[in-house]
Amino acid sequence: MQPVVLPAARREITAAKLSFPRPPARPDQPPDFSNIVVPPAGALPVPPLDIEAQDARSFAVGMVRVLDENSRAVGPWAEYLGDVSAEQLRLGLRDMLKMRAVDRRMLNAQRQGKTSFYLQCTGEEAIGCGFQRQLERGDMNFPTYRQQTLLIAADYPLESLMGQLYSNDLDPLKGRQLPIMHSARDYGFFSISGNLGTQYVQAVGWAMAGALRGNGKIAAGWIGDGATASNDFHSALLSASVYLPPVVLNVVNNQWAISTYTGTAAGKSETYAARALGYGIPALRVDGNDYLAVAAVSRWAIDRARQGFGPVLIEWFTYRVAAHSTSDDPTAYRPKDEAQAWPLGDPVERLKAHLIVRGDWSEERHVQAEAEILDEVTAIQKAVEAHGTFVDPQPISPAEIFRGVYADLPEHLRRQRQEMGC
Amino acid sequence: MARMTMIEALRSAMDVKLMDDPSVIVFGEDVGYFGGVFRCTAGLQARHGEERVFDTPINESAIVGLAVGMAAQGMRPCVEIQFADYVFPAYDQITQEAARLRHRSNEQFTCPLVVRMPTGGGIFGGQTHSQSPEALFTHVAGLKVVIPATPYDAKGLLISAIEDPDPVIFLEPKRIYNGPFFGDHSGKSVPWSSHPAGEVPEGHYTVPLGKAEIRRAGSDVTVLAYGTMVHVAEAAASEAGVDAEIIDLRTLLPLDVETIRTSVEKTGRCVVVHEATRTGGFGGELIAEVQEACFWHLRAPLLRVTGWDAPYPHAQEWDYFPSPARIARALVQVMGD
Repeated sequence: MQPVVLPAARREITAAKLSFPRPPARPDQPPDFSNIVVPPAGALPVPPLDIEAQDARSFAVGMVRVLDENSRAVGPWAEYLGDVSAEQLRLGLRDMLKMRAVDRRMLNAQRQGKTSFYLQCTGEEAIGCGFQRQLERGDMNFPTYRQQTLLIAADYPLESLMGQLYSNDLDPLKGRQLPIMHSARDYGFFSISGNLGTQYVQAVGWAMAGALRGNGKIAAGWIGDGATASNDFHSALLSASVYLPPVVLNVVNNQWAISTYTGTAAGKSETYAARALGYGIPALRVDGNDYLAVAAVSRWAIDRARQGFGPVLIEWFTYRVAAHSTSDDPTAYRPKDEAQAWPLGDPVERLKAHLIVRGDWSEERHVQAEAEILDEVTAIQKAVEAHGTFVDPQPISPAEIFRGVYADLPEHLRRQRQEMGC
Repeated sequence: MARMTMIEALRSAMDVKLMDDPSVIVFGEDVGYFGGVFRCTAGLQARHGEERVFDTPINESAIVGLAVGMAAQGMRPCVEIQFADYVFPAYDQITQEAARLRHRSNEQFTCPLVVRMPTGGGIFGGQTHSQSPEALFTHVAGLKVVIPATPYDAKGLLISAIEDPDPVIFLEPKRIYNGPFFGDHSGKSVPWSSHPAGEVPEGHYTVPLGKAEIRRAGSDVTVLAYGTMVHVAEAAASEAGVDAEIIDLRTLLPLDVETIRTSVEKTGRCVVVHEATRTGGFGGELIAEVQEACFWHLRAPLLRVTGWDAPYPHAQEWDYFPSPARIARALVQVMGD
């Protein structure tokens, strides 16, 4: 058979081309964030709590920022926040420093083989720390594995946090879960699954239950930019749009899903926040490295949900400075110095600079605080390690495998436990 | 005592629980205003209000995902998946979330929810309205899997399921929603009103999870069946003239091994019957349990009569569905061995 040769004009018409989004820079190239537009601080107003999606476009494609280049809090969102005491801001700074110290110590512990796995949140500290301090007791976060900040700012005991990482007898989860998959109901922290996206629609369900019971509590869903591609992101937004429960849907856009550039999850979408508008859910994009912007927008969104104005989505714009996890090497897929080039800076440095400009902090006090916090974290770490690590294990009873599969141990599990010899 | 179809019995179970427990809510596709495509929730919204009984978008992952979030807070959602064939978008939420929440959170959070779904064939539903996916749930630690064969059991088991502290997959054999089915599709349909198991109390009662029921006592061979096949197996036994002991398992997980063991030790023979595909099916698990527990009492090889390992057909439904004749052949075969 003769091959069919199409005429040239016809070939052009049928030449559909696929798009394969690529990051602006790979390891052998200089970092390039020229595609990211950083609007000036204070540019966006504070919308009314009952804003509708169709009026929220400027918030969804813009970026709420409070701290300007001179480290001053400016604009309507700074005014909305009102007179924030130095004490409150120093608490926020201490939360973030504590988070950084814990991340540093636990990464180190993993490298020493004391735990099998760890995952840092470097660069994203302002988001969870700032958000958590705006919640009330009884509100529930449905976090991903990179929201340990929520635990830190909820003053979750480090003994429990580290015990979970070491799977020793201080582990509230009895060694059943991979390190970092915490669960802390009393601290408003839902059990982390590890299956991406599933928690997002569960947050909506929790919020619906709260509204049905009239208990005045809200839920906060958390998801990364990569997992917005999961079907439960859609399930959550649709359900929230249909039933209008008191839920704040957070998207932490840290630019990377392990090695996959955020563009692969975003496609032709303008921003992740803008996606919510199609569901009729108002949304804002926020400078996630600006602690004051985080605090202000969190307070607004939580207030909106609690007062019954329905769901809202917040895209926290940030950058994942560290590797995805201890099983990842980001130098294989992105420029080594990309974090330094990140246009929104470092959240700790920015809040520190603001406090100094206000006259409420100094370089000396900062150095001293860092040292104190590191000492405190290290001391707790030592105490927790005395209960056992992977290097020096004090195993939890294997019978724990069978406990809690069901409320009551069924016969077949009783037989299996017997077979195991416990 | 009232006469009820299985549909009415299921509705009555939900009605009773909606009345006596404010944490119970019912939702799913078409279940609210309309009352469900099989009418299982008809009238419940009008009786209990839209906040207790409501419609959802066509998103099974959301139906179960929302229910997980609600159950974790202490509510008791009883949700409907319109057909078991549609459950797969929710499989992640059921198997990775609902099933493991108690264990993974060391009981900080639990998941007392029921996922109801019509299962099985016999209604000319083709491959997307006829499947029997029970083995995909019995393979999951943390779930309970229930399938009634009569209106009385349907109500009592559903009330137990709603009251259970753990997630329950509640499979409803849709072929016997309105009356028992004995495997002859050309025969006259029998309504539940003329069957003793169609007598159902109006109020609250339970049938315990994890307990099988001997439907017909016999001494020759034990037949293990559930759902529609309980009735088909009864017809097959009488067709074959074999004194079969027919056990309606009712709960597949956790399995009532004791009742099975006692029966097989007595009869020395066992035939397993289910509609689902054979390979990797729940029948394999039953055979293994029987072999481990009763090997020295066996007088014949254990046999399975199941759906074929092919997609469920439309026009050839009755060549696929395990017929009384096929079951009868198996019964005669084990008696001859």
